[in-house]
Amino acid sequence: MNLIPFLIVIPLAAAFFIPLVGKRIKISGDIISIAATISLSGISIFLASLIATQKVLMFEVGKWAAPMGISMVVDGFSVFMLVIVNSIAFLVALYSTGYIKKYTDTWKFYTLFMLMVGGMNGVLIAGDLFNMYVALEIAAIAGYALVAFGIDAEGLEASFKYAVMGAVGSSFMLMGIALLYSYTSTLNMADMANVIANKGASKIILFVSALFIMGFGLKAALVPFHAWLPDAHSSAPTPISAMLSGVLIKVLGIYALSRIFFNIFGMTPKISMILIGLAVISMVVAGILAFGQYDIKRLLAYSSISQIGYIALGLGIATPLSIMGALFHLFNHSISKSLLFLNAGAIESSMGTRDLRKMTGVLARSPVIGYTNLIGAMSISGIPPLGGFWSKIIIIFACIQADRPVLAFIAIAVSILTLGYYFKAVTPVLFGSKGTHLDNKSKPITVTMAVPMVILAILSVVSVLLLLPNTGRSFLDGAIAVLVKGAIR
Amino acid sequence: MDTVKDSKGMTLIVKTVTRITIGFILLYGIYISLNGDSAPGGGFAGGVIIALSLVHVMLAFGKEVALKRLHSYAMRFSISIASLVFLYVVMIRWHGSYSHIVIPLAEMVIVGAGLFAIFVALVLLSKSDKDSE
Amino acid sequence: MITVYILCLVLFSVGLYCILRKRNLIKIIIGIGIMEYAVNLFFILSGYRTEGRSPIFASDQAIKNMVDPLPQAIVSTLIVIGLSLTLLIISIAIRIYEKYGTFDITRINKLKG
Repeated sequence: MNLIPFLIVIPLAAAFFIPLVGKRIKISGDIISIAATISLSGISIFLASLIATQKVLMFEVGKWAAPMGISMVVDGFSVFMLVIVNSIAFLVALYSTGYIKKYTDTWKFYTLFMLMVGGMNGVLIAGDLFNMYVALEIAAIAGYALVAFGIDAEGLEASFKYAVMGAVGSSFMLMGIALLYSYTSTLNMADMANVIANKGASKIILFVSALFIMGFGLKAALVPFHAWLPDAHSSAPTPISAMLSGVLIKVLGIYALSRIFFNIFGMTPKISMILIGLAVISMVVAGILAFGQYDIKRLLAYSSISQIGYIALGLGIATPLSIMGALFHLFNHSISKSLLFLNAGAIESSMGTRDLRKMTGVLARSPVIGYTNLIGAMSISGIPPLGGFWSKIIIIFACIQADRPVLAFIAIAVSILTLGYYFKAVTPVLFGSKGTHLDNKSKPITVTMAVPMVILAILSVVSVLLLLPNTGRSFLDGAIAVLVKGAIR
Repeated sequence: MDTVKDSKGMTLIVKTVTRITIGFILLYGIYISLNGDSAPGGGFAGGVIIALSLVHVMLAFGKEVALKRLHSYAMRFSISIASLVFLYVVMIRWHGSYSHIVIPLAEMVIVGAGLFAIFVALVLLSKSDKDSE
Repeated sequence: MITVYILCLVLFSVGLYCILRKRNLIKIIIGIGIMEYAVNLFFILSGYRTEGRSPIFASDQAIKNMVDPLPQAIVSTLIVIGLSLTLLIISIAIRIYEKYGTFDITRINKLKG
């Protein structure tokens, strides 16, 4: 029994089944989406244990052989992302059961949510470029609809902006795919890599690279293309902000970008230079912009752009150590940024406001929210025992090892900047007196909202286990091995 | 059907012609979707024709009559059931060939009901817009 | 043949110009549509063979000199994606009109920073 197709079948079946019963039985959306996401995480963890011995798993749809037929491929990198996506989707679905009660028609939310998870799984297991594009569009369109789910003025405006920019990015991507198809006469990624390796690089590859950097860079929100992200992330319902920032920009942007540049084209010094340039601009500009924000979700959104810059920097340097740093930072950032966004939602519903200047004494009011928030912020800003510190220091060491001390200096400076704006944001909110003027709006958070936050906080403390042998190293190494094959030699 | 004499919708001529042709249009849609493998056509084209026939009824008789024929819950129900059937057929057949009569029919239902649902949704959205003014 | 490709690029640029320069939401949506159709046209053109015939398989016809059927299958999928995207954006635009009372993009500015 091959388990790979179930990664798409389960979310799609859940998405189509929820409208049937969702309106009559209120709780069915919660139950179906939690059951679907927990089985998806089970399947992806099982696949991860298979990948440790077998390296590549493949499923050929309808028994058509690989270059002609559609194939679904799972290797170390896909399974690394699959585990992250599906576990975070499970925790977010658990959190949504408490949070989403303030909206009507919750079944629509869960349908779109499951479609988004299905689309992301589709991107991760697609073996050819066009299926990857289709799955990417499913996830993106579900994302546009979910950003506008609250039907408030800000959400609609952000969703329109996101949809227009996303459509432009997708058109560029598709133009690149069309050019690549006419150059290589195939769409299968492995086959395409062979054809390009045999034909040799030409000018068209450079042009296609530019189109892909534009398209996927827009989905990943690297700085010249980042304008949609702060609006969309701050106006979306909180569980969706956590999904968008935690996994969607990484799957649609970083995963697809590195799949194409490492495994199809092979990394060249020019592409590496462009990626490093975009990464440095993202890190610095978004870090400075984050300082001026007083809306807690907007600050977190700008911080996301800055941290995506770190990941892109690690991928751009393209030595084994820097790729390891980038992937480990991706893991840490997914966990801690989802945690912080879920936390922001909990703070919003318990304090009644999102303005950092108006809230105080979160730790005294609710220790669960306070301590998890502290752990998340410490992990992202790089305080030593937590995961974020190790991933940043690996990236900095990789810069020095690759003989680029300027980049190492910038990375250190931006990490101090990160520490600065989290210090500014977190300290007055968490500590300080309890405050009484907000009490009439505040209501305690439910258990289903607290449990995901506690699990994510524990994960961000123990994520350093991925670096130690015998505990999780083979999981990380499998992902690194896939990317190192295409790195600069 | 006394809706022909009703003042809503278009003129008597349009309503009469619609009543006569609607069955043939539906039949043509089903024919197109069943003959996709040997002649130009298929589930998608057939579904579009069926959706257009429903839109035709809606333009001629007004929104109430069309929604009485295909209720919004029925639309959602048929889309979901057809998608699940589609998924099921593909799932049990994914080791072998796909020549199965259910696939074009399910696609026809999805496309037909889906396009009509989108049309209805946009009409209702712009209606609520006028009411609020 | 090269003229058609250039016209395709021109169409793409018209769509991009429409998105970047127009201030009306509906015109921006039309721009997205134009851009999508330009890409679809480009995809179809990439499968064209000179003097090729339509790729329908029948027992009495030899399989030679057909146009490439794969881009055609792909483009039919792309049209559906484009349709769903366009409809989603249109319904968002209608809702925006309800909230803001205008289609002018310079006056829809509640989000800043």
